Amino acid sequence: MTTTTESLPRQAVSPPLPAAQRTGKPAALWLGGLVAATTWLALGVLVLKWPNKEVGFSDWAYTDEFGYFGLGVAALLALLAVGGTFTGRVVRLLRPAGQWLVALPLLLALWEVLTAKLGVLPSPFFAPPQSLIEVYGEDWSRLGISTAYSLRLLAHGFASGAVVGFVVGVWIGWSRIAGYWIHPVLRFLGPVPASALLPLAFFFAPSSYAAAVFLIALASFFPVAVLTWSGVAAVNKSYYDVARTLGASERFLVLRVAIPAALPQVFVGLFMALGAAFTVLVTAEMMGVKAGLGWYLQWSQGWAAYSNMYAALIVMAILCSGLITLLFKVRDHALSWQKGTVKW
Amino acid sequence: MVSATHTPDTQVAAAASTNGAHIDIRQVSHWFERKGGQGVLQVLDDISLTVAPGEFVALLGPSGCGKSTLLRLVAGLEPATAGHITQDGQPITRPDPSRIVVFQDPTLYPWRTVWDNVALGLQARGLLKQQRHRVDDALALVGLDEFADAFPHQLSGGMAQRVALARALVNDPQLLVLDEPLGKLDSLTRLSMQSELVALWQRRQFSALLVTHDVEEALFLAQRVIVFGQRPAAIRAEIKVDLPYPRHRGDPLLAQLRHEALRHLGLDGSW
Repeated sequence: MTTTTESLPRQAVSPPLPAAQRTGKPAALWLGGLVAATTWLALGVLVLKWPNKEVGFSDWAYTDEFGYFGLGVAALLALLAVGGTFTGRVVRLLRPAGQWLVALPLLLALWEVLTAKLGVLPSPFFAPPQSLIEVYGEDWSRLGISTAYSLRLLAHGFASGAVVGFVVGVWIGWSRIAGYWIHPVLRFLGPVPASALLPLAFFFAPSSYAAAVFLIALASFFPVAVLTWSGVAAVNKSYYDVARTLGASERFLVLRVAIPAALPQVFVGLFMALGAAFTVLVTAEMMGVKAGLGWYLQWSQGWAAYSNMYAALIVMAILCSGLITLLFKVRDHALSWQKGTVKW
Repeated sequence: MVSATHTPDTQVAAAASTNGAHIDIRQVSHWFERKGGQGVLQVLDDISLTVAPGEFVALLGPSGCGKSTLLRLVAGLEPATAGHITQDGQPITRPDPSRIVVFQDPTLYPWRTVWDNVALGLQARGLLKQQRHRVDDALALVGLDEFADAFPHQLSGGMAQRVALARALVNDPQLLVLDEPLGKLDSLTRLSMQSELVALWQRRQFSALLVTHDVEEALFLAQRVIVFGQRPAAIRAEIKVDLPYPRHRGDPLLAQLRHEALRHLGLDGSW
């Protein structure tokens, strides 16, 4: 589609050539890519040519590598931009992100200038981008193991909390007796932040890991239970009438009518539960659990290794947004019958 | 569209269910409890009515008079406060797939495809695995076999109501309870659906009990029209429509009966 729009002005100038123009390289030129490449090139040159500000101790490592990285990205983008039909598919994927590809090196350059080059943001509290390369290059095993520990803890806590929350939600939505007894308890205890129970949990639980699983489960339980309940309670009553006149049993009404009808609400609950679970996860790891990204944050802060802290924060951001993206993918698949739902 | 699909299967099904249900409503009265304990509200007053096997009966009355409540009692969704309702001599105490209701809203399940919606009754009774073809037949009967994989939000109002009809007919009901099933359709769709309904009834030979507040619709479809008064609903009159099917809307007898029905409803001033 872009080939036609960019060849239009040429057609106006020289009408006999349009076919050749359309297949030729100039027509497939990705202008945004060239702009992005120039910006990355500028970043690379800035990093390499502008000496770091001396701060007493040894110079920042990996400054040159960071500069070469900028040059490398610039070269890659330039190749893609002029690659014509050979790189068409990659360009099509990157094109929507074109403005971010320009903004990203600008932000990196600002960060680099404020930290390594001018020292406006003082070290060691602020680390330049190249120090992250150092962390990922040299401490990747410890960071990796921490990430794996966090994921394991999150999986245990979130899964058990979500399953119990879902079952309880359906139960109190369906059974009048369960609603009478459990719902007030849920309303009274549910809003208490799970991290407030941290000391209690560590005191009673057999291990700090079990305490953390319990707290994450508790934090995920509440939103899932409440939203599942409200989803089941809000099901159109005539859905039940229809199923009952068609000979449906109580079991069928719960499994085939109430639960599918409540599913959109359940996914909202899961989304909220995941956010709550992240919070409790990091808090628990910083307080008692001796592993995981929260622990890594605490540990690196204790050693004043602030670049490690930033590196861990970035891993955490990728992890959280990745998991939420995954949840939304599952949701979109399960609720493909819906149209126009909340976007992530 | 309906008469075009004469598959052998549907003929067998029709032959198997030549006998519609015999419904006997005897001296039924019904009260609702008002909200907040403010006493009770009578909606039905001493209704006695029979539906012969294979008969098409329409209940005509102003909206909110309690006709739909009577249908809920017949369907077994609620017990009557006083009186008896029987189907072939057996008292009706709970919903049963031999009496299927088609509501004013199609109430299709939005998370199920058209096919899965029609399959609902067979699935609920555990018959779906052996009798999947019945779903295909029912969809063909209402002319929607090409939309089997569509979701309800992709259908028009008339198509959705046809799916609801197919969802009822797939169960081979002995009594079809129709609660203003065409009430929300546009007038053109409504006319064609009325003819389809008659064709389906003639083919499947179930008993039919239709609630409507549309005089023409009642007279065009039913063999007997029961006219109800204001709440609490009591039977005002019974009009026999002695005309063969398919009927013609311009028939002079229909115009004459219409006048009579409106007179019973107290609306003949404008006639």
